[in-house]
Amino acid sequence: MNFDFSPALISIKVTLIATAVVFCIGLATAWRMANYRGRWQGLLDSILTLPLVLPPTVVGFGLLLLIGKRGPIGCFFRIFDVNIVFSWYAAVLAATVVSFPLMYKTAKAAFEQVDANILDAARTLGVSEWELFWKITVPLAWPGIAAATTLSFARSLGEFGATLMVAGSIPGKTATIPIAIYFATSGGDMRSALIWVIIIFAISLSVMVANNYWERYQIALRQGRLLNKSMKGSKG
Amino acid sequence: MSLEVDLRKKLAEFNLDIRFSCGEEIISILGASGAGKSMLLKSIAGLVRPDEGRVVLNGRTIYDSAANVFATPQQRRIGFLFQNYALFPHLTVAQNIAFGLGRLDKEARRRRVMEMLEKFHIVELKDRYPPQISGGQQQRVALARTMAVDPEILLLDEPFSAVDVYLKNQLQKEMFDFLKQFSGPALFVTHDIDEAYRLSDRILVLHRGKVEAMEDKANLFRRPPTLAGARITGCRNLAAYTRLNEYEIEVEDWGNIRLHSEQAVPLERGFVGIRSHHLYQIETADQVNGFPVWIADTSDAPFRMTFYLKIGAPPASPEDYHLCWEVARPRRQAILDRTPPFYVQLDPAALFYMND
Repeated sequence: MNFDFSPALISIKVTLIATAVVFCIGLATAWRMANYRGRWQGLLDSILTLPLVLPPTVVGFGLLLLIGKRGPIGCFFRIFDVNIVFSWYAAVLAATVVSFPLMYKTAKAAFEQVDANILDAARTLGVSEWELFWKITVPLAWPGIAAATTLSFARSLGEFGATLMVAGSIPGKTATIPIAIYFATSGGDMRSALIWVIIIFAISLSVMVANNYWERYQIALRQGRLLNKSMKGSKG
Repeated sequence: MSLEVDLRKKLAEFNLDIRFSCGEEIISILGASGAGKSMLLKSIAGLVRPDEGRVVLNGRTIYDSAANVFATPQQRRIGFLFQNYALFPHLTVAQNIAFGLGRLDKEARRRRVMEMLEKFHIVELKDRYPPQISGGQQQRVALARTMAVDPEILLLDEPFSAVDVYLKNQLQKEMFDFLKQFSGPALFVTHDIDEAYRLSDRILVLHRGKVEAMEDKANLFRRPPTLAGARITGCRNLAAYTRLNEYEIEVEDWGNIRLHSEQAVPLERGFVGIRSHHLYQIETADQVNGFPVWIADTSDAPFRMTFYLKIGAPPASPEDYHLCWEVARPRRQAILDRTPPFYVQLDPAALFYMND
């Protein structure tokens, strides 16, 4: 049996990097937008959410315009003699753009849930905005941020359309699991396709289930239920 | 220790336009909900930016729109106690109190936290989380957290609005004892008349963003200067009057009665008021300001009872009344048993006059 495992490694590499990038950019954007009350709020929010509802081919097309030989980003990287199109960087980029709205939307909702009075209380105690963000906002919004990260991870892992357009399907280089499934199926190799389907199914399901349980635990913790229980336990 | 406030801010419903100053004292800010009370506190604390004005705290200008000065809430050293206490739910009581003490070194911080825990009698709660402790304990933790950073002024935003009645009295007493020791101005926002009276010496009445009155509490309740001030301080008998001579007025809305007043009548036309406990039952109508009355309606409270009275003629409906009269409960039956009309007197010394 000569089963090629390279799609798994590529998928994991691409997904982890994309999730890390989305985590940082998405969190910063969500924080900024949660506090923004300007005239362009509705329009900006729509633009940031757009990749969620656009067909992946449209996203792919747009990215090609940006990172192609004549695109602004493509031109910039050509200075260093780096070609992004059809490299695994392009796969990371596609996964990032497509999963960004999930991180942004979910994290923003979590930030907006944080009681404004609690933040104001911290301000009157003389605590800087930066410290406030990391010590109050992020911990209080953490269940939501964790959910946002899980969703982004799952979406990155499943990304197919835009990735195919900008990164292609070079075996051992840019062929991720979803792409491997597509080409195995179209080539009649149903056995390989099924193995990949089962693998991706297992990863996605276990990540989502773990997240659900963890979130419930966090909420219980916040409401003081678990703490009460453990304290009663230690007393008795 | 002083605070000077002069603020203007456009709001959706009305404009905030407030000017007052105070020293080392407790001031209640009394107003209906939506009068701009919380907005005023937040503007002083720097949590909201006013459109223009000036705020000076102990000689330090913390806001001045003309000079483009706007100190951040972090720089102002203003203690703010929120309605729901706004404790950090993910931190223990001790961590909550230590939160504003980042500048101190570890040992000094520990000592300061311990000092606060002892001062507010919450040492045994130090490792608990806010959701695990009672409302009264939360108030103490919130005060301890605020006082730990040694503020120059305290702003309290309806601190008792979320607690049960039986706990309220106890918390008010605790708060009062604490505020007496505090050296600095304390502004205390409430919509509860009793609370304002109990906790402060002077009361600022806020109505639709404007200062209606700022007076010694006894004066304010005896003679509110404006109609809105009278309503907010709980006066229910208010009507327009016309002056007849220096000590007599006619009140059309109370059945065209003539009233004698001990205080000289200030204006040709204006508003007159009398509190519902300044009506007295009398035996005959021949006394000064005595009138025959019929009962139009009644309303019950646990310890007091309100009669809605019509002067001069039997009422056509429960809504057809001139005056509210409050009596203690035990007298209720004796009054109800009388065949109407009976007689009441409007205390000539208790009449007060207001502008619109």
